[in-house]
Amino acid sequence: MNKSSNKFRHLVWPLVSLALLLLFNAIFTDNFFKIEVKKQDSAQAVQTPSVPTESPQPGTSWITPENYETVSDSTETAAQTVKDSAGQQAVPEKKDGKGVSIFGYYLYGTPIDILNQGSKVMVLAIGMTLVIATGGIDISVGAVMAIAGAIAALLISMLDAGNCIGAGMGPSVYWIIPVIAALVLATLAGFWNGMLVAGFGIQPMVATLVLMVAGRGVAQLITDGQIITFDNPGLVFLCNGHALFLPFSVWIVIAMYVIACLLTRKTAFGLFIESVGNNERASRYAGIEARRIKWLTYVICGFCAGVAGLLAASNIKCADSNNAGLYLELDAILATVIGGTSMAGGRFFLSGSLVGAILIQTLTTTMYMKNVSPAIVAVPKAMVVIIVCLLQSPVFRAKVLSIFASKAAKGGVQ
Amino acid sequence: MDLLQTKGIEKQFLGVKALKGVDFAVKAGEIHALMGENGAGKSTLIKIITGVYPASAGSVYFNGKECKFRSPLDAEHAGISTVYQEVNLLPDLSVAENICIGREPRTKLGFIDKKERKVQARKALARLDIDINVGENLSSYSIAIQQLVAIARALDVDCKLLILDEPTSSLDENEVKELFKVMKKLREEGMAIIFITHFLDQVYEVSDRITILRDGQLVGSYEAKDLPRIEMVAKMIGKTPDEINQMQAGIVKNTKFGDTVYEAKNIGRVGTISPVDISIREGEQLGLAGLLGSGRSEIAQIIFGVDPHDSGTMTMCGKSVNFNSPQKAVKAKVALIAEDRKVTGIIPDLTIRENIMLALQASKGIWKTMTLKQQEEMAEKYIKLLRIKTPSGEQLIKHLSGGNQQKVLIARWLATNPKLLILDEPTRGIDVGAKAEIEALTQQLCGEGMAVIFISSELEEVVRDCDRVIVLRDRKKVGEVAGADISLKNVMKLIAG
Repeated sequence: MNKSSNKFRHLVWPLVSLALLLLFNAIFTDNFFKIEVKKQDSAQAVQTPSVPTESPQPGTSWITPENYETVSDSTETAAQTVKDSAGQQAVPEKKDGKGVSIFGYYLYGTPIDILNQGSKVMVLAIGMTLVIATGGIDISVGAVMAIAGAIAALLISMLDAGNCIGAGMGPSVYWIIPVIAALVLATLAGFWNGMLVAGFGIQPMVATLVLMVAGRGVAQLITDGQIITFDNPGLVFLCNGHALFLPFSVWIVIAMYVIACLLTRKTAFGLFIESVGNNERASRYAGIEARRIKWLTYVICGFCAGVAGLLAASNIKCADSNNAGLYLELDAILATVIGGTSMAGGRFFLSGSLVGAILIQTLTTTMYMKNVSPAIVAVPKAMVVIIVCLLQSPVFRAKVLSIFASKAAKGGVQ
Repeated sequence: MDLLQTKGIEKQFLGVKALKGVDFAVKAGEIHALMGENGAGKSTLIKIITGVYPASAGSVYFNGKECKFRSPLDAEHAGISTVYQEVNLLPDLSVAENICIGREPRTKLGFIDKKERKVQARKALARLDIDINVGENLSSYSIAIQQLVAIARALDVDCKLLILDEPTSSLDENEVKELFKVMKKLREEGMAIIFITHFLDQVYEVSDRITILRDGQLVGSYEAKDLPRIEMVAKMIGKTPDEINQMQAGIVKNTKFGDTVYEAKNIGRVGTISPVDISIREGEQLGLAGLLGSGRSEIAQIIFGVDPHDSGTMTMCGKSVNFNSPQKAVKAKVALIAEDRKVTGIIPDLTIRENIMLALQASKGIWKTMTLKQQEEMAEKYIKLLRIKTPSGEQLIKHLSGGNQQKVLIARWLATNPKLLILDEPTRGIDVGAKAEIEALTQQLCGEGMAVIFISSELEEVVRDCDRVIVLRDRKKVGEVAGADISLKNVMKLIAG
């Protein structure tokens, strides 16, 4: 009992803050929690690279008696559409921008939207958490996102035009090429950061500043200064499609979180990261290759930035080198810190970082729903962030508690 | 009239009672030694007196008034200055900047008056009869001078009570004498000094009175001249003098040596150590003796691959090896318990269990992990074996006392089952009881066939425990004594040259 409560202690304050924010929304925002099961418009259903052969069977757990009929009804339609589209090689229609779905059904509502929109920061926060845990920081992730998006968009446009190897595979398969290229390039960017920090001992802030500044230039070079748009169903699916009732991006986040947890907690990698972040020299004396550990975290962070870059490009179906991932490095750092990982390095909490990212996105979405002008959104956001950070500070909590305690004591006397 | 008095001080940490009602008094113009084993509560008591921690119960009277200091700065303003074991100064600032930090003299415009600062710094140092260039960086001076600068800084305020927490642990003999001269001079000026040390000789050399703590309780305060040494030790560890004699007699030297475990020919590193030959056999305890800075620790670092060697060759168990990183050495079953526990030893925010398993895990790499149960069993085993004082292995190591942290580090390396164990000042800053335990342990390990390289500033320990002693001077090997030739006199002669 005691052990488990210690384990989740870091989650308490971020979760309390998130709960308060949601409570605010529940009271002041109409229909905030309303989640509908939407039926896929038949014109939108399209064969995607990973179409499963079966459609949902009547009687799956989420089906309630109320919607039973519609469900069984549409099973046929969905199956039908899959057949249709397979025959016609249809390209998704962009009706109300909702993209495509595998089962023909998806959940729809503000909370789902928050998860979808927050997926980029969540992915970034996973990599950022590991880097920060080693006592480092990576402020280049926003720029790396732009690079990843740019290369993906460039390649897909070349493939669509047919002047690139692999074009013969057809648009339903060859979208995998830009995805892999983007991830490789982003991972290389992480490798570069790691080399500067761990290999040459440059301070992390300075080392990653290089790529933060230069990265957008590289992205501009790749796209020749243009904003490249694309409509390849595979790429668009990443951040607009749905699978198993949730946005596909959410599944990407879940997969990456699970992999990160396995990688850090089922191996000794996490322990070594914490050890290096807490006392690098002593870790080296204990036989840990501290530099290699640090290096690896930057590589992972770069990979995460690549995934986030693909999501960002997929979301708006274009690569905008100037604005893709702009300032997202700050959100990722913030999410990590809100999640309870200290900037000084040491103990890290991946789940906390995810909660932090959701908190930030909820805040942003709330503001837009309350019609706060985008120009001043940063101000209330900053206020909420400072409150969360204060709640987490033991010094602040002790101060507040002592004020209450002394007041209570005085009250008792009177 | 007592200058400082504490009454019924109690302190609780996370359910552990560190102090249980301690009454303690210091008079003006005396040097008062505060003695006790690790974890007896000395540091906690000092920290309560100087306002680092608030007391859970009890009160502190200073100059006849009850005081509740909220911070060390608060206590400093009242006239209590503290110099800690580790020099808490800023190495990259000049001596003058260090002495005047936080109370810089100002010019009329409010800028720092640099000339005046140097004058003040020189004055503060002159009080301790030190004459050095105060414009130099602090790091360009020896640890001893740095320690004295720390004292000068402490005295620079209007100080009535000076607390010295293990001030001599990094000093050599002559430097200790210098420090004692200063302490005696300050006593004559009417200052009260609380002196914490683990060196029993030093206690008797300068102290007027001795207060002993054990397990957070006051054992008593005594006039130094009325308290025989063996009785003081007995009171510290809670055993009768006879039992202690038995403990010391219980150390048996191992005399059966096996094959050569490690051999180095001409290993050296430019600017660090001139090439030396070292070889050590199974079951042998090899001592490295010499003054501070003579190259003892440097040899340990080179063997362990912290600082790669640039000349010579090494073999381990007959195979040629090249340790250019600690990881290679660890994998080849070499262990180093390095000198500076805080910087190169403990990972403060990890638990005792994690600190113990760390080196073993590092030698296994990332993928081969131990189950939580295996880890817990291992931690449990060493906590029992080395008698580490902790409620559980899940405690963070930073909450342990120095001696217990040292034991955790020993556990960390024993867990890797090393063939060659290098101990660099393993007994520094820990008490007699733990010292005897560590000495007995190394002998036992030698008996089991482990090769041990033992580095210590305390020649008696080296002479008592080692089968062979290599003597170093000015980063060169100047001699080697073995067997019956090992005596304090012979080793001293070699050190002096």
